[in-house]
Amino acid sequence: MKDRLMDFDEALERYEPVLGFEVHVELGTRTKMFSAAPNPAHPDHHDAPPNTLVDPLSLGLPGSLPVVNETAIRYSISLGLALGCEIAESSRFARKNYYYPDTPKNYQISQYDEPIAFEGSVEVQLADGTLLDIPIERAHMEEDAGKLTHVGGSTGRIQGASSSLVDYNRAGVPLVEIVTKPIIGAEHAAPEIARAYVAAVRDIVLSLGISEARMERGNLRCDANVSLRPRGQERLGTRTETKNVNSMRSVERAVRYEIQRQAAILADGGTITQETRHWHEDTGTTSPGRPKSDADDYRYFPEPDLLPVQPTRELVEELRAALPEQPGVRKRRLQGEWGFTDLELQDVVNAGLLATIEATVDAGASPASARKWWTGEIARVANERGVDAASLVSPAHVAELQLLVDGGTLTDRLARQALEGVVAGEGSPSEVVEARGLQVVTDESALVAAVDEALAAQPDVLARIRDGKVQAAGAVIGAVMKAMRGQADAARVREIVLERAAQP
Amino acid sequence: MSDLTRLDGAALAGLLRSGEVSSVEATQAHLDRIAAVDGELHAFLHVNAGALDEARRIDERRAAGEPLHELAGAPVAIKDVLCTIGMPSTSGSRILEGWVPPYDATPVARLKAAGLVALGKTNMDEFAMGSSTEHSAYGPTRNPWALDRIPGGSGGGSAAAVAAFEAPFALGSDTGGSIRQPAAVTGSVGVKPTYGGVSRYGAISLASSLDQVGPVSRTVLDSALVHDVIGGHDPHDSTSLDRDWPSFAAAAREGAATGSLAGLRVGVIRELDAEGIAPDVAARFHETVRVIESAGGEVVEVSMPSVEHAVAAYYLILPAEASSNLARFDSVRFGMRVERPGQTVEDVMAATREAGFGPEVKRRIILGTYALSAGYYDAYYGSAQQVRTLVQRDFDAAFAQADVLVSPSAPTTAFRFGEKIDDPLAMYANDVTTIPANLAGIPGMSIPMGLGDDGLPVGLQLLAPLFEDARLYRAGATIEALLAEQWGGILAHQAPTLTEVAR
Amino acid sequence: MSDITREQVEHLGRLARIALTDEEVASLATELSAIVDAIATISEVVGPDVPATSHPVPLANVTRPDVEGETLTLEQALSGAPDHDGERFRVSAILGEEQ
Repeated sequence: MKDRLMDFDEALERYEPVLGFEVHVELGTRTKMFSAAPNPAHPDHHDAPPNTLVDPLSLGLPGSLPVVNETAIRYSISLGLALGCEIAESSRFARKNYYYPDTPKNYQISQYDEPIAFEGSVEVQLADGTLLDIPIERAHMEEDAGKLTHVGGSTGRIQGASSSLVDYNRAGVPLVEIVTKPIIGAEHAAPEIARAYVAAVRDIVLSLGISEARMERGNLRCDANVSLRPRGQERLGTRTETKNVNSMRSVERAVRYEIQRQAAILADGGTITQETRHWHEDTGTTSPGRPKSDADDYRYFPEPDLLPVQPTRELVEELRAALPEQPGVRKRRLQGEWGFTDLELQDVVNAGLLATIEATVDAGASPASARKWWTGEIARVANERGVDAASLVSPAHVAELQLLVDGGTLTDRLARQALEGVVAGEGSPSEVVEARGLQVVTDESALVAAVDEALAAQPDVLARIRDGKVQAAGAVIGAVMKAMRGQADAARVREIVLERAAQP
Repeated sequence: MSDLTRLDGAALAGLLRSGEVSSVEATQAHLDRIAAVDGELHAFLHVNAGALDEARRIDERRAAGEPLHELAGAPVAIKDVLCTIGMPSTSGSRILEGWVPPYDATPVARLKAAGLVALGKTNMDEFAMGSSTEHSAYGPTRNPWALDRIPGGSGGGSAAAVAAFEAPFALGSDTGGSIRQPAAVTGSVGVKPTYGGVSRYGAISLASSLDQVGPVSRTVLDSALVHDVIGGHDPHDSTSLDRDWPSFAAAAREGAATGSLAGLRVGVIRELDAEGIAPDVAARFHETVRVIESAGGEVVEVSMPSVEHAVAAYYLILPAEASSNLARFDSVRFGMRVERPGQTVEDVMAATREAGFGPEVKRRIILGTYALSAGYYDAYYGSAQQVRTLVQRDFDAAFAQADVLVSPSAPTTAFRFGEKIDDPLAMYANDVTTIPANLAGIPGMSIPMGLGDDGLPVGLQLLAPLFEDARLYRAGATIEALLAEQWGGILAHQAPTLTEVAR
Repeated sequence: MSDITREQVEHLGRLARIALTDEEVASLATELSAIVDAIATISEVVGPDVPATSHPVPLANVTRPDVEGETLTLEQALSGAPDHDGERFRVSAILGEEQ
């Protein structure tokens, strides 16, 4: 069923959007939140085969018990501080009870009335330079669920599936859930704010080094709440919660879509159903999620298997002192160091690429080349595929590509081919160059032989060059480059052509 | 060789150490006894087929001159609530029938490391919910003193096993009295350690904030010996206490040797020496208090007004925690599955839990779900946690006046099968003596204090402040010795002889 | 007398994922009403000034270092599973046909 949509500007004229976000961050600790099983969100354990990163607790085996990961607590406090939050003097875990096959104990250990961090704010900057504070209600610790694969259906979706398969590797991965207060006054910028907020959180997480924050891997997940209220109405409208939004670009699109969808329903005199909706990347639409019959009764109670977490003030101050600089200060510092114009910097920030470019520079690329790669070729490929640039390739690989160009191994054109190989998962840039045979031919004798052959094949061109018509050399250069399958430095070929043509 | 099964654990361990008896012989003797009497008794759900092999390995290590733990080679029975590699661990429930865990509970792992030989898994009320083993999915255990009587519960299997000389040592778990009450009604000894004194890792949870694993035996010293092995800090259990515990066996030996209670202030809990306690139980209790006095104990009366509300608080906290702890039995990763084609996973889970849980488990899960559900939490679960504070305050006040507290372990001797099965409230009220210790986390012990008018055992409960488990062993061993002197031996030897089927 | 209705018991059965039979619903409604009567009094015995105790022994900040421990093998992980495909646990469809 296709939703009716109202024109975005018209929707904004009639209704005021109110936003809210729940961002889940998977922490990249070595082990899980409550057990010593390896954490698949840690780089050492990506792509482990199903059900091989499990211990009795990950499977919820009878008799298994949780024990809190000390590093996860430190990471959570650091994140809370970086979000400008207060850190609770006493915080505790609670059980959230609900049945679902990806939840091994059929309760999730989370936090309820005593979160580790609360009352903060995150500054975001819009394209026009406007600064906005997004109010944070709380950040709390919890554990991730396992992964379901639906089989027997046509599309791999839950609908129509005949059975499902469960992998509990992810069960117990440490999460911090960051919950905003209602964001009022976003107006036309609502979709842009959504994207900018997620980009800002991602930057904070990356600068703290507590997660790889790769949205396409689910390290960072955003649920976007959207409601509309008629202009002049005090009471907030009914909200929907759109899940499964796994790129910054999608967050922006999903918010825009929900505003347009809800406006069309309200304008028709309809009512919005309070529900979970799923974002579909392929169609750019949302659809109602699984019905939750007992969603309103999670029977929270204090987790009796765990004790309160009472961070000492010394620990909080130690972690505060170790925080990376404030995002605004950092932006200004990097701009100075990198020599970017205001416009260049804003482009980078809005694309959520600040930390990525910083990592690329740290890996050895010049700031200008790093920016050129990320906002140029990589952004183009990402856009084509509808994913975030940072999901395609690692900063280290981009730096390596640039070093290959700087060292003369690759031309820009060859470097783009090498990038294609890296994105396709063929390995590091050096490995791709090796496997695809991409390096520039620097063997002078091979070049001279190719030039001589091309000149011999085109005697008329040779004659014109000898007549002083140097531009005629282009035809020979083209033939040589073709023979060399593009893997030669065209400027050097030109020099050789002119040299050889000048010889009797 | 005299019957090895009649020896207490410490004596048997002595013969093993000196080489007079091999572990194979000791293990075989107990396996024979199980084969002879357990058909009638049904204390065991599973007998360890590998027990003799384990015993042989201990004998080989001893023969090779390897230094071994003082209990190495001695047999032990394990309550089915504890996870054991290689042996089914069902917690008395149909929903876990045949489930063999891939890991050992910490207390089991520690017994193994000390070289004790597991004889098998003992019967219990399903998920430890009950006071009679009548709620076991696999049928009840009989009381070795009178086969028409309950052996207590939930750990009736472990208590009956030691009382019937099927094992010198056993493990139990005590959430509201499941070690102490069965010990009382079978004439054996059982200890609920300080909460956190023994790891809960691998003990299938009933109510996390109340559960505690502990020893069951025929003598105080034997319980202390086991407690020394299974106790101590375990990093797998967040609620496990990280402290230096004294040797409980040393405390028990000291207590037995002194024969005197001089200087010990003994508090009689007024609210547990009142109506509701059967007259014969009260009579034995008062006689025992006089024995304590004559041995130099300074007897004082203490009052615990919150005891009146303890049962109610307990029957809110327990079902609430249990309803959540038992949610994992859902047919996905382990255990039973009941399924018809075309059913959704939600239907399958609900059908499995309907078929796999017995009536008492369902009753408590539904009650706990109610107590935690929106709108009722504060009035029920919240209030119950507040009552818990009151109970702790009462104990604090009582322990300001007394070093240990005493009461009957259970209000009556063993009741008949079927007597209370249809009246959950009557069954619950039976736990009034034991529940307060679990709410407060303090250690408790039950030792035999004679026989009721029906000739069945009566137990004395001793309670001590948090962390003072050693005090229980010292005082318990003294009282045990004084009573044994009167009786001409420990009470367990007065039990009627069970008919043995041909070996 | 607190009346626990059959509808309440049915709702609780759904929350607790137990497919109670009609007879069970009826008997549980009666039993729970009696039990709740017996235990409901406790909300009257405590005032708001009494703090709640959730752990018998007060402790805090019990954590473990972030160091990898033992894991189960795939074979061990699947050993108790009612159904699996050799690497994952299998369950029936999550949604019914009409969903």
